[in-house]
Amino acid sequence: MKEEILNSKEFKNLVKSKNCISLILTVLELIVYFGFILLIAYNRELLNQKIYGPVTVGIPLGIGVIILSWIFTGIYIFWSNKKYDQKISALKEKLGGQL
Amino acid sequence: MTATVLGQPTLTGVFFFLLFISITLYITYRAAKRTRTTTEFYAAGRSITGLQNGLALAGDYMSAASFLGIAGLVSLKGYDGLIYAVGWLVGWPIVMFLIAEPLRNLGKYTFADVVAYRLKRRPIRTAAATGALITVLFYLIAQMVGAGSLIKLMFGLPYELAIIIVGSLMIAYVLFGGMLATTWVQIIKACLLLAGATLLVFLTLYKFGFNYVELFSVVTQQYGEKFIQPGGLVTNPLDAISLGIALMLGTAGLPHILMRFYTVPDAKEARKSVFYATGFIGYFYILTFTIGFGAAALVGKQIITKIDNGGNMAAPLLAEALGGEVFLGFLAAVSFATILAVVAGLTLAGASAVSHDIYAGVVKREKANEKQEVKAAKIATLCLGVLSMILGIVFKGQNVAFMVGLAFAVAASANFPALLMSIFWKKFTTQGAVWSIYTGLVLSVMLIILSPTVWVDIFKNSHPVFPLKNPAIISFFASFAIGIVVSLFTQEKEAEAKYESEKIRSYIGVGAE
Repeated sequence: MKEEILNSKEFKNLVKSKNCISLILTVLELIVYFGFILLIAYNRELLNQKIYGPVTVGIPLGIGVIILSWIFTGIYIFWSNKKYDQKISALKEKLGGQL
Repeated sequence: MTATVLGQPTLTGVFFFLLFISITLYITYRAAKRTRTTTEFYAAGRSITGLQNGLALAGDYMSAASFLGIAGLVSLKGYDGLIYAVGWLVGWPIVMFLIAEPLRNLGKYTFADVVAYRLKRRPIRTAAATGALITVLFYLIAQMVGAGSLIKLMFGLPYELAIIIVGSLMIAYVLFGGMLATTWVQIIKACLLLAGATLLVFLTLYKFGFNYVELFSVVTQQYGEKFIQPGGLVTNPLDAISLGIALMLGTAGLPHILMRFYTVPDAKEARKSVFYATGFIGYFYILTFTIGFGAAALVGKQIITKIDNGGNMAAPLLAEALGGEVFLGFLAAVSFATILAVVAGLTLAGASAVSHDIYAGVVKREKANEKQEVKAAKIATLCLGVLSMILGIVFKGQNVAFMVGLAFAVAASANFPALLMSIFWKKFTTQGAVWSIYTGLVLSVMLIILSPTVWVDIFKNSHPVFPLKNPAIISFFASFAIGIVVSLFTQEKEAEAKYESEKIRSYIGVGAE
């Protein structure tokens, strides 16, 4: 039975799509955070530019990293609830109560 | 503002403090009836919902250090405080994308369960429990010393007495109420902290017509434009990246956080709880950032540093300035609750490493019965609790700030790589895991001792042997590399074969406990 699941197209597809979305979002998060750190280290002029009154680019950017991180987790939840759970139940249905 | 009642036990402070203790002890009493089996003791009977666990995760993670500390840092250093706050948050998405669901599906009570799933259990459990215990102990010492000093600052209690109160309450929660009581202490604390911080921000922004630009105008007029620009925190890019790795990946390797995922019924609730936790924690850091600037503008750096050099009292002082003695008392009690929720979570995680991994797994070779294991867990809780009180008193007046950094470095370098590779890499072997864990552990501890934070600041040498303040950039990658190289040299056919069936459980949750 295990072989049947493992070799099924559905399971392979499920693993692939889950790994793919996890990888993309992880890489995005790494880029956003370490990009922010590297900007602080190497391009302060940009961060110190004023955008509105005394407010500099750096402030919305820092807050933005926090908000964006949360949005990424939201995207993952949205995808999982919509697609991943559906794939799991489809797989379970196909294998007809063997699970 | 001329005088402050900070440092004296105020009527309202004592009232909220006693109210919190009564409620949490009552919860513990109720939880004690439902804390008899191992699943109940370690995992609250897996009865916690995603939203509840999200709040509890936030309560487990948002320490007094991050509330009072970051608000203080912002009030004194401005923008640099925000850089720290961002670092504390960004590990959560990583927890969600890579760890939460497989961890929930594969493990039972500790993250060592997952690493040991298809490898040789005894050496893995020994190594993983060592990593977990070291992380917990350093974190716990830092929390205890912080607790003693903060309570002394806020209520005027003697340091030792404060430690004994915190230690006794924490032991009571965990010993009698297990994970269920710990969870509810964390949920209540998270709600109180979020409510208190929200109110404080509301009162602050009210003074500035709910206009952040106005707030920034006032602080830049007082302290100059440099105040809202990145300053001295990130001068060496390597140091900043190293700290970033420790904060980000350390979050994904903290035993007391990972353990919380076993309290929910399934992987779906586990991932939901990270979404809620990330939202709450992110929101909280944005509040903290505002509180810091509010304190700089309305209380003033001078008064803040006069009370405490590190700025830790910025938030309580702002509360007093805006809401008087009542609000100060409330916030002081909330800070106290914050400390308790974090140390209870840490103690539970440390105790389970001892009882579940070392005692039941290694000593009894997984043959301990429920009763024996719960008893071992309770003895471990008591011992760890007493040990942390003693260490808290021993380290009185010492600079222990580096210990939080060290806890995160160990979590990122010893716990996280082995956990990640065991989930995602088929060819990972027992030897590879053991070497990876010990390499990460030894390197992060050694390099921290040789770094400027300990070698220069504490041992008073003139030059550090290791130039970076945080070792993670070396210890994390070394642990990963050693894990890969050793695994490639020591094939383990059995573990490779088990990977396929592990995959079914990991991805669709079949057979998960």
